[in-house]
Amino acid sequence: MRRLLYILPLAVFGIIAAYFVAGLDPARDPSAVPSALIDRPAPSFTLDPLDPARPLVVSDDLRGEIVLVNFFASWCVPCRVEHPLLQQLAQEQNLPIYGIVYKDQPDAIRRWLHDLGNPYAMVAVDPDSRTAIDFGVYGVPETYVIDRESRIRFRFAGPLDPMTIDEILLPLLAELRE
Amino acid sequence: MIVELGHYALVLALLVALVQASVPLVGAARREPAWMGVAVPASLLFLALILIAFLALMRAYIVSDFSVANVADNSHVLKPLLYKIAGVWGNHEGSLVLWVLMLAIFGAAVAMFGRNLPATLKARVLSVQAMIASGFLLFTLFASNPFARFDPAPAAGGDLNPLLQDPGLAFHPPLLYLGYVGFSMTFSFAVAALIEGRIDAAWARWVRPWTLAAWTALTAGIGLGSWWAYYELGWGGWWYWDPVENASFMPWLLGTALLHSALVAEKRDALKSWTVLLAILTFAMSLIGTFLVRSGILTSVHAFATDPTRGLFILLLLVIAIGGALALYAWRAPTLGAGGVFRPVSREGALLLNNLLLVTAAATVFLGTFYPLFLDALGLGTVSVGPPYYIATFVPLMLPLLLAMGVGPLLAWKRGDLAGALSRLVIAGVCALIAGIAVWWWKSDGPFMAGIGIALAVWIAGATLVEFFGRIGFGRITPRDTLMRLVHLPRGTFGMTLAHLGMAIAIVGMTGSSAWKEEHIAILEPGGSIAAGGYDYRLDAVTRIEGPNYWAYRAQISLLDGDEVVALLMPEKRFYRVQRMPTTEAAIRTTGLADLYAVLGDPNGEGGWTVRIYHEPLVPWIWGGLMIMVAGGLVSLTDRRLRVGAPASVRRVAEAG
Repeated sequence: MRRLLYILPLAVFGIIAAYFVAGLDPARDPSAVPSALIDRPAPSFTLDPLDPARPLVVSDDLRGEIVLVNFFASWCVPCRVEHPLLQQLAQEQNLPIYGIVYKDQPDAIRRWLHDLGNPYAMVAVDPDSRTAIDFGVYGVPETYVIDRESRIRFRFAGPLDPMTIDEILLPLLAELRE
Repeated sequence: MIVELGHYALVLALLVALVQASVPLVGAARREPAWMGVAVPASLLFLALILIAFLALMRAYIVSDFSVANVADNSHVLKPLLYKIAGVWGNHEGSLVLWVLMLAIFGAAVAMFGRNLPATLKARVLSVQAMIASGFLLFTLFASNPFARFDPAPAAGGDLNPLLQDPGLAFHPPLLYLGYVGFSMTFSFAVAALIEGRIDAAWARWVRPWTLAAWTALTAGIGLGSWWAYYELGWGGWWYWDPVENASFMPWLLGTALLHSALVAEKRDALKSWTVLLAILTFAMSLIGTFLVRSGILTSVHAFATDPTRGLFILLLLVIAIGGALALYAWRAPTLGAGGVFRPVSREGALLLNNLLLVTAAATVFLGTFYPLFLDALGLGTVSVGPPYYIATFVPLMLPLLLAMGVGPLLAWKRGDLAGALSRLVIAGVCALIAGIAVWWWKSDGPFMAGIGIALAVWIAGATLVEFFGRIGFGRITPRDTLMRLVHLPRGTFGMTLAHLGMAIAIVGMTGSSAWKEEHIAILEPGGSIAAGGYDYRLDAVTRIEGPNYWAYRAQISLLDGDEVVALLMPEKRFYRVQRMPTTEAAIRTTGLADLYAVLGDPNGEGGWTVRIYHEPLVPWIWGGLMIMVAGGLVSLTDRRLRVGAPASVRRVAEAG
C-alpha cells in the first residue's frame, strides 16, 4: 500500500506525458467538436445588455433570424486573435453576432470594444455564467450558429480561423439562407 | 572561422558530457576513485568549451555576422550594443546555449567547491548533471543549431522583436535561467541520493544553498519580467496569468516549498523522501515550463506541430529526465527511511502545511495553464481559462498559507505550543485587525478583499517582527546582551526575516493595485487634460523624434497637482523600422505610494490623441517587496553554515578554532 504511494508521481506524470504526446499528433483536428445540442433548440435566456440604454437580450428575439452567438472575454488572448475575423464576418456577411460576456467586468469589456472595435449587434452580460452553462461552454472563445427556428446548427470551441470560416461556416450560412 | 570554432566546441562539449555522464557513475558503483575523479576535470573542461561556444556566438552578434542564420534572423546593424548582446539569448537557439552555459557554471562550481562532499555522492551528482547537459546539447546540435550558416548572407538582418529591446528584458532571461538551472542542481542531488540510497542531514545541508541560490535568482527573474510587462506592454497590469508567466511561477511555488522542506530534512532529518520528490518536481516544472511554452504548444498548437522533430525531441527529453527520475523514486524512495517524528503542531508540522498548500497552489496553476492543451488533446478545441479561474482557486489557497506563515516560525521543533505562540502574536493580530477595519472603513466603496489583504500583510509583518525581536531577547534582557545576540544571529535568520517582510510588503502592493487601480482613457487635443487619482494630466504637445532603429511620437504631459506642475511625463509610441512593429513606452512617475502611469495611443487624424492614464496605487511596493525578498535570499546565502557545508567539517573548524 505504502509502495503504491511512491509510484503515484510516476503514474500522474505518465498521464500528463500521454496528453503531451496527443498534443503532438499532427493528424488531430482541433475544430471537430461534437455537441449534444447540435440540431436541438438553443437554450433560452434573458440577459442584461452591456449598454444599459438598450433592452434586455432575450433568446426569443433570435427567432426568425440566422445569428452567431459568441462567448468572449477581455482577458482571453485567443478572443483577441479572433476579433478581427468577427468584424469581417459582421460587415461582409451582414450577419448579426450576439456577444455574451464570459466571466468578465462590464468596464473591461467596454474598454476592449472601444480599443478593438465592436463587431456585435448586441452584447449581453452573463454574471453568474448561467447561460454559458446552459450552452455547455468549455471556455472562451466559443461560437454557435443558430438558425431561423432557433436551433443550434454549428458549434466551434476556440478562436475561429479563416479556414473554418471559409470551409464550414460560410457554406453552412449559405445553406441556411436558402 | 570563429563561428565554426564555436560549433566544434559544442560538439566536443557533448563528447565530454557523455564521458562525464557515464564514467564517474560506473566508478561510484565500483568504488574506483580514479573513475570517480574524472568528474572534476570533465566539468571544468565542459565549462571551458561551452564558454568558447557562447563567446563565439556573442562575437557573431556583436560584429553582425549575418552569414550565421541565427544572427541574421534576430539582429540588425543599427541595434544598440546592449541589445546585440541580449540578442544572443533573445531567441530559441541562443537561449539554449545560455541555458547550457549556466548548467556548466553550476556543475563546475560543485566540482570546485564540493571538496567535502562524500566522493561517491559528488561523482554521481556531477554525472547526473552531465546527463542533463548531454540531453540539452543533443537537442541544440540536432534540432536547434545556433551556428547554422546562411548562404548567401543577407545584408541587414531581421532585427530582434522590438518588445524585447528593453533593459528589463535583456537581463530577465539570464536570471530566470539561473533559477531554472539552479533547480537542475537540486535535481541532480536528489537523483544521486536515490542512486546512493541514503539521505542524511549532510545531504540536505548541501542541497539548501543550491535551492536558495536558484530561488533567489528566480524571484529576481520573475520580478524583472513582471516589471517589464508592467511598463512595456502599456496595459498597466503586472501579472496576467499568461502561460509564459505561469511557466516561471510554477517552479517558483515548488521551489519555495522545497526551500522549506529542505530545512526540515536538514534540521530534523524528517520529510526526506518528500524533499527528494519536491526537488524532482521543481526541476520538472522548470523543464516543462521552458520547453512547452517555447515550443508554442500552448499559444498555438499548429506552430508546434509544424516542427515535429523539435516537439518529439522535447518530449523525449522530458520523459527520460522526469520519467526516469520518478521511476527511480518509486523504486528507491521506500528505502530512504522515515526519519524523525513530530507532532502536527510543531515547526515541522507548520512547514509541512506550507508545503501542501504551495504544492496544491502549483497544481492549480498547472491545471489552469495546461487546461487548453488537455481539452485540445481530447478534441474539444483550444480555449483558455483566465484570471477568474486563478482568483477562484489560487487566492483561497494563499489565505491559509499567509495566516500560517505568521505562526510557523514561532513554533518549536518537534512539539510546538500553539497557545503560547498565539499569545505572543496577540499584538500582531490586533494590528492586523485594526488595519483591516481601517482599510474597510476608509475605502468602503472598494472590494471587501482589500481589507483582508492588507490585514494579512500586517499580520505577517507583525508576526515576523515579534519572532525576530523575541529571538534577540528585545526588552527581556539588557540592551548589551540583545546587541550581542543580534550580532551573533545566523545570517539565515536575517534572510528569513527579510524574505517574510518582503512578502508582506509585496502583498500590500498586490492588494492595493488590484483593489484601487484607476483607469482613464480619453482623446485629448494639446491643452486638454484628464483627472485621475487627485492629479490632472495635461497634454502639452506631441512631437516626432528619431531613435537609432525606430522613430516615435513623443508626448509631453504635465502632471498637475492643483495649479502646480509636479512633473513632466514623456510617453512614446515607437515604430521599429525593420520589423514594422509599433511599441508603447509608458511614462511612469512614482510617488512611492502610487505610480502615475501615462500611455500615448493613436492620433485620431484631427489633431487629437488617445491618451490612457492609470493611477496605480501601491504598485511600487510590489517591486520593493520582491527586492527585499531577493535581498533576504542573498543574505541567507552568505550564512557561514552553508559555505562550510557538511556538519563533519563544522566540527573540524570548531576544534581548530
